[in-house]
Amino acid sequence: MTMFADNISLHLSGFDLLRNISLEVEAGAVTAIVGPNGAGKSSLLKVLTGEVTATRGDVYLNQRELTHWPLLDRAQMLAVLPQHTLLNFPFTADEVVGLGRIPHQTGVTKDNQIIAQALDLVDASYLQKRFYTQMSGGEKQRVQLARVLAQIWQPSDHGEQFLVLDEPTSAFDLSHQQLTLDIVRQLAERGVGVLMVVHDLNLAARCADNLVVFDGGVIAAQGKPKDILSEQLIDKVFGVKSIISQHPVTKRPLVIV
Amino acid sequence: MRRVSAQSLIWALAILLPVAALVSMTVGTVNISLADALSAVAGNSVNQQTDTILFDIRLPRILLAIFVGAVLASTGAVMQGLFRNPLADPSLIGVSSGASVGASLMIVTAGGFIQSGALVGLSLVAVGAFVGGFAATLLVYRLATSGIGTSVTTMLLAGIAIGALAGALNSLLSYFSDNDMLRQISLWQMGNLSGASWLKVSIMGAVAIFLMLLFPRESKALNALLLGESEARHLGIDVQRVKRRLIVLTALGVGVSVALAGLVGFVGLIMPHIVRLAIGPDHRWLVPGSALAGATLLVIADSLARIVVIPAELPTGILTALLGAPFFVALLLQQRKDV
Repeated sequence: MTMFADNISLHLSGFDLLRNISLEVEAGAVTAIVGPNGAGKSSLLKVLTGEVTATRGDVYLNQRELTHWPLLDRAQMLAVLPQHTLLNFPFTADEVVGLGRIPHQTGVTKDNQIIAQALDLVDASYLQKRFYTQMSGGEKQRVQLARVLAQIWQPSDHGEQFLVLDEPTSAFDLSHQQLTLDIVRQLAERGVGVLMVVHDLNLAARCADNLVVFDGGVIAAQGKPKDILSEQLIDKVFGVKSIISQHPVTKRPLVIV
Repeated sequence: MRRVSAQSLIWALAILLPVAALVSMTVGTVNISLADALSAVAGNSVNQQTDTILFDIRLPRILLAIFVGAVLASTGAVMQGLFRNPLADPSLIGVSSGASVGASLMIVTAGGFIQSGALVGLSLVAVGAFVGGFAATLLVYRLATSGIGTSVTTMLLAGIAIGALAGALNSLLSYFSDNDMLRQISLWQMGNLSGASWLKVSIMGAVAIFLMLLFPRESKALNALLLGESEARHLGIDVQRVKRRLIVLTALGVGVSVALAGLVGFVGLIMPHIVRLAIGPDHRWLVPGSALAGATLLVIADSLARIVVIPAELPTGILTALLGAPFFVALLLQQRKDV
């Protein structure tokens, strides 16, 4: 079971944002997308999550066209964390996380349990009764992460679950970056397919099973991090000279610029 | 600011509202004792004159105040959620400005009817206001809706544009009206509950109950919408359908309110805001809480409107703003201190 983009192209106001992209996001694995600004990473996420309809090509979720899924069934399988959420109403953290339970009918007791566990998982239990509007950027992002985790907390009857994250770690300090990666790995082990856009190549190399390098609306390279990361690729895509080494402990590729 | 629990606020208002209504029965040009009012409500006739005042004049007026207040405040809460803007107002979608033009048009063109038969004239103004309000909302909604859905930002701007156009039309109509019409137009715009009748009460009551039954179904969707439209969609909400429903319900509720009571300002903007400050933005409680608070405010304001300049009466709309605005400022100052 997968989330699958079949030969997607996206033209918006005269620009080719995506050209003939085919991408498979497997359940139980972490797929990371990297690429320079404006390469089309966010556009691809929008097409994959149904926010934007592709000019050509189709998106499939668990072998059924994304648009053919009933909205509620889809929400039980696919959770999306945007880069920024413009919430300017004074919900408390547990209320925000509770919004992630809207697609479910599990009852208040179960929901409250899940909300508390999700907040605990992202190290935000202490925020439970605090107002979202008064939190720091990193705290807000952790609460939002807890919200999407709560949305796919339990397996769905409709199919494999997927979590899409747009730069989830951008507002985080080092320890919370590490925490996010741990959570992402745990989810993958549980069978969830994770797709995330990240900017930090080393972070991507560390946790991705499948690394997708985007450049100018096309996929420049795709595969296991250690198979595709090369000095030439990074020079070609980012225009940056680098050295690819190996992490002494994890044996994953290490990009030194 | 520390929150009050939603249940306790709703209980408090549910007790306060009937008390305010009962006290309101006793005040006005003719004073009626609380004991008389109570026994009359319980079904024991006091005397012919008192009964007439209580049941033909004051009770319909109080009930109209309750229904209009509830509708204006709950639609205000809904619009603030839909526009993700705590300063939104039901008038944003053009309903009030459209209604204003409709009413003025009727007052100016149907002036003859109004003089010949007050009842016919009054209903013509009401029908004009309702049609004008609904038409303006429809226009704003159509302007903001394209193939990919309705943009609330465009709606906001379209609402401002239609509001400006309506303001110009209103001025034009005022310019061509005589002194008597001018006074009617300006009185209508101040909002007034004094024309209450049992017919008006039943229409307004039916609309209010209809809205109160339908709004709770959308409260989770409104909560999700506060995150943003695409976030709400990812939570399984059919955003376009929710928007369309809420806009139609608001246009209906505010349209009928404005048609029957004129422009009673402030209730729709400030009451939801105050209730949100007290219990938080969860629409499952915010919408009914706002309805109760709006009803209570309007009952109190209308009671004061009847007694401050005895034997005359002030238009209710003046009192709502006079009462609510300082309270709101006090709350804002309080909140600033807490942050």
